[in-house]
Amino acid sequence: MIDRKQKSRSEELVGKLIAVEGLDGSGKSTQVYLLKRWFEMRGLKVFFSEWNSSVIVKKATSKGKKRQLLTPTTFSLIHCTDFADRYERQMLPLLKAGYLVLCDRYIYTAFARDAVRGCSRQWLRNLYGFARRPDLTFFFNTPLEVSLNRILSGRPQLKYFEAGMDLGLSADPYESFRLFQEKIYQEYLAMAEEFEFVTMNGTLQIEEQQALVREIVADRLDLPRYRWKTQI
Amino acid sequence: MKFYGEGIPGVDLAELSGRLLVIEGADGSGRSTQIDLLKDYLENTGHAVTNVGLVRSTLVSKELNEAKLGNVLSEVTRSLFYATDFADQLENIIIPSLRAGFIVLADRYIYTLMAREIVRGAVREWVRSLYSIALVPHLVIYLKVSPGQLVERNLRKNATLEYWESGRDLGISRDIFDSFVHYQRLIQREFSLMQDEYGFHLVNGNRSIRAVSRDICAKVEESLGV
Repeated sequence: MIDRKQKSRSEELVGKLIAVEGLDGSGKSTQVYLLKRWFEMRGLKVFFSEWNSSVIVKKATSKGKKRQLLTPTTFSLIHCTDFADRYERQMLPLLKAGYLVLCDRYIYTAFARDAVRGCSRQWLRNLYGFARRPDLTFFFNTPLEVSLNRILSGRPQLKYFEAGMDLGLSADPYESFRLFQEKIYQEYLAMAEEFEFVTMNGTLQIEEQQALVREIVADRLDLPRYRWKTQI
Repeated sequence: MKFYGEGIPGVDLAELSGRLLVIEGADGSGRSTQIDLLKDYLENTGHAVTNVGLVRSTLVSKELNEAKLGNVLSEVTRSLFYATDFADQLENIIIPSLRAGFIVLADRYIYTLMAREIVRGAVREWVRSLYSIALVPHLVIYLKVSPGQLVERNLRKNATLEYWESGRDLGISRDIFDSFVHYQRLIQREFSLMQDEYGFHLVNGNRSIRAVSRDICAKVEESLGV
């Protein structure tokens, strides 16, 4: 029988995995989008995957959220199920096929959020033990106030779990969101070293940040290797 | 009571005054029949009983059943789907019932889930850690029935062998019958490996319903003092 965790974790793959992490409003999605565009224009094999987007698991997740059925443990498990589905069906096969796989949020999002919700950090690390560590993880370190302002300035309709209302931090969704994000931010900072995050200064201009991201990627990876071999 | 490992955050174990009884065994081992009889026995002696089983959660059971019909779930995803279903019932049914002083009768528990995953190649430690959220039951009865008998009982009941209970996804054999027997042996081997560690009480299920029921009720009486 195949030892699936060991094998998938340590095996050197042709493709490379790049993850971006950070708070809502940290600017990470903009940056990973621009990185993806750059790869595409250079004719590289690229695949982009977003947190919480598996079609199979989606129905259960949204039902759980809408009806507020989720506890910290089931919240964690259902997101891990979502991740596993994307990981097994897309990310891993694509990495084996020599793709550059870009992830907007990766396992560290779960480590941070679920730990804030009270799940054991060790249990979480084991839970996601089947997933490879990224070859490169960018952490967009944007001061809490900046991220919060970007999200809250439009007075958006914050969803129950998004605002961390299940934690009972505050009865006011906006205040709850603030407190929740702050705790997540602390978790990210605490993980930065352990997981070798490349910390980006999220207060720089978009263009400056992107130039840095591209420079680091080009330096760490042999990009021409990931060109399409076939012409269409 | 206690958890196997990390457990569920925020649960005060001292509050759980009920009892958790688990009956494990393959399809056709007589599990459901025995659970019905045990429930009668317990209610007759004045106990309140809650039934739980696999794939019955509000959260994901419907989606899980749909997904089982097609080959849409990969290995880890399926494991996690089952774990989510289990956790949802643990937190929303098992723990509240135990808190209210009920006897919870579980038709299968984490052991079947773990055995199925391990037989399919999952890493033992990963699976154990995944289910370290579970409560340690007061009693686990393992109804063991030989694969030959299981075949007979399943065919008698449904005239067919179920896809997953035959381990067809493993590609053991193109022949359903062979696949079923082989798969059930693999599962039984896993249960044997778990038996000592998890303290299963083995009951020979190859006997008559009444004989098996007598054994189970006696064991329940002895270990729970009911």
